[in-house]
Amino acid sequence: MNKLAVENIHKCYGATQVLKGVSLAARAGEVISILGSSGSGKSTFLRCINLLELPNQGAIWLDDQEIKLRPGKHGLLRAESGRALQQLRTKVAMVFQSFNLWSHLTALQNITEAPVHVKKVSKSEAIAKARANLAKVGLRSEVENKYPAQLSGGQQQRVAIARALTMDPEVMLFDEPTSALDPELVGEVLKAIQALANEGRTMLIVTHEINFARHVSDRVVFLSQGKIEEEGPPEEVLDRPKSERLVQFLSGTRWHVTN
Amino acid sequence: MSGYLQQLLVGTVVTIELAAVSLLIAFSIGLIGAVARLSSSRWLTIPAAFYTTLIRAVPDLVLMLLLYYSVQNLVNLLTDALGQPQIEIDPFLAGVSVLGFIYGAYFTETLRGAVKAVPRGQLEAATAFGLSPWQVFWRILFPQMMRFALPGISNNWQVILKATALVSIIGLHEVIYAAQGAIKGSSWPGGAHVLFYLLMVALLYLVLTILSNFLFAYLEKRYAAGFERVAR
Amino acid sequence: MIDLIKQYWLPFLWGSPDHISGLAMTLWLTVISCAIGFVFSLPLSVARAAGPGWIRRIIWLFTFVFRGTPLYVQLLIIYSGIYGLDFVRNTPGLGSFFKVALNCTILAFTLNTCAYMTELLTGALRATPRGELEAAHSLGLAGLNLYRRIVLPSALRRALPAFSNEVILMLHATSLASVATVPDLLKVARDAYADYYLPFPAFGIAALLYACLSVTFISLFRKAEQKWLKHLSTT
Repeated sequence: MNKLAVENIHKCYGATQVLKGVSLAARAGEVISILGSSGSGKSTFLRCINLLELPNQGAIWLDDQEIKLRPGKHGLLRAESGRALQQLRTKVAMVFQSFNLWSHLTALQNITEAPVHVKKVSKSEAIAKARANLAKVGLRSEVENKYPAQLSGGQQQRVAIARALTMDPEVMLFDEPTSALDPELVGEVLKAIQALANEGRTMLIVTHEINFARHVSDRVVFLSQGKIEEEGPPEEVLDRPKSERLVQFLSGTRWHVTN
Repeated sequence: MSGYLQQLLVGTVVTIELAAVSLLIAFSIGLIGAVARLSSSRWLTIPAAFYTTLIRAVPDLVLMLLLYYSVQNLVNLLTDALGQPQIEIDPFLAGVSVLGFIYGAYFTETLRGAVKAVPRGQLEAATAFGLSPWQVFWRILFPQMMRFALPGISNNWQVILKATALVSIIGLHEVIYAAQGAIKGSSWPGGAHVLFYLLMVALLYLVLTILSNFLFAYLEKRYAAGFERVAR
Repeated sequence: MIDLIKQYWLPFLWGSPDHISGLAMTLWLTVISCAIGFVFSLPLSVARAAGPGWIRRIIWLFTFVFRGTPLYVQLLIIYSGIYGLDFVRNTPGLGSFFKVALNCTILAFTLNTCAYMTELLTGALRATPRGELEAAHSLGLAGLNLYRRIVLPSALRRALPAFSNEVILMLHATSLASVATVPDLLKVARDAYADYYLPFPAFGIAALLYACLSVTFISLFRKAEQKWLKHLSTT
């Protein structure tokens, strides 16, 4: 019984094949970190799961229900209908590398926008949930009426996490959540993500933070050149790497670990 | 003289109405044009590019006369064919239609630039959270686009305001027409009445320009709320 | 329609040596107004950017008035208003000048474009990178020399896109000359329309010719930008 199962994803950009058949399954409450060097396709893979990128081939199951895909323009697979796509996206919430908070809305408005206008939750209920989630990611209530430009990077990303949380998603996707942050702000965001992991959320995290991956994940996946090179519990993959590419990758990033 | 000055003021009101309605029409056309130019379908981008390039390559006075007389001609042909008496196209309607049509091309470019200035990530997050295409446009793209579009809109407004002067040529009773009436009906020593009323018109336009500047400065401040970084 | 073209094609293009009209007249109006306006905008913009306070304010007033009122009104003021004054009509030099419609038109166009050019050149001058100024000062360049060799050349290049825009706008604005009975391209079109009552050919040909002129100017300026703005590109 998998919460999320993704099978045999292929993705090409023109002549370049970025994903060459990647499969991944996550059980409920599992936290999976996805590592890889730039160009390995890890962000592309994540974005195929909520169909921000359209794969050339593959299948997606959510709670053992298949998300039916149909071939569309240029041979790319798309959701069978707009409604189905919308449904998928209410259940799979994403946190972006560059936060992507809507700059003309306050923090609170950012968080309640989708629940109210997509899931048709009542405004008061959404606001209450939003406030609870803001507290959960460690933000004080004064933040709620501030605009993104008035917040630090770490605060913005935590608002983005709260925004994803308030959708009550089945699965949360994190696309390099700390890569765009100044070093001293990374810690507060990692803390928030750790808290969600402790809660038992199903999460896929693309990250460069090796130490964090070691602490938070149930499983680590190493992607290289569009394929899964190694997969397993963090102690195995990170401390006893088998493939040469993984050894090279880990040694290159050794100087960038944070605690 | 006071009677004529009053007519000038009435004419000024017509000028403002003409400019405002033309602005609305031009903005709406510009919105459609911008979407067309940014779409992925060649059926939309090519005619839209054709429209903006052609209109901006021809003086507005020429286009105005071309459209006004051509349409009047067509209407005359129609009424003749139907055996009806001739209808004269209302100059105000003609004015707003032509100005709106011409400046729709300029607005297309302004709004296209404004849409492109909105960071892609904003729209991506919106679709990722399940907002429908209309919701993405109306709730996320449009408010942010307006912030970038305001300087261009202010610019186009000033141009349209001055372009209304040309509509007097096809007989609209706006401020220049009123001044010409005042001149015809007056006779001052030294022939100063001509210069006087024309200078009055210039003054009225200057006042409109100054008021417009204030209005847009206020609008820009309002729409920028939340985007200025608070000093840390 | 063929008759219209047969009768008017010459006036549309250039008329006759002692009666220039159409495209040639429009080109002449554009070139001379922009040239004289440009020449005057150089000292005016320098004074506006770097002169004493009262000079700056006067020049600002000049540009504000000429940019804040329609060119049509400015033309009427010079063509009808000033010439309507008995004082002007009776003074020998002034009277003969303002009597000729062409003179009034060129004067109005020149003043108008000078105002716009002064503003945009002032903006370019103000945008001179501070480092370039400091380097020049430290090498002893000052006053006229500084402007002639460092500041103005740099500002002129920076202002090139805005200048080209202004010239194109001026090209379009010259169509107003038709209102003052100057035989420019639009005037010929209006004469043709008054003759034949065929608006589409009459004004359509004018529109086409204006479009050709615009496209030519645009590509000329694009070439100039490629040559003179190379130093600003990052490739």
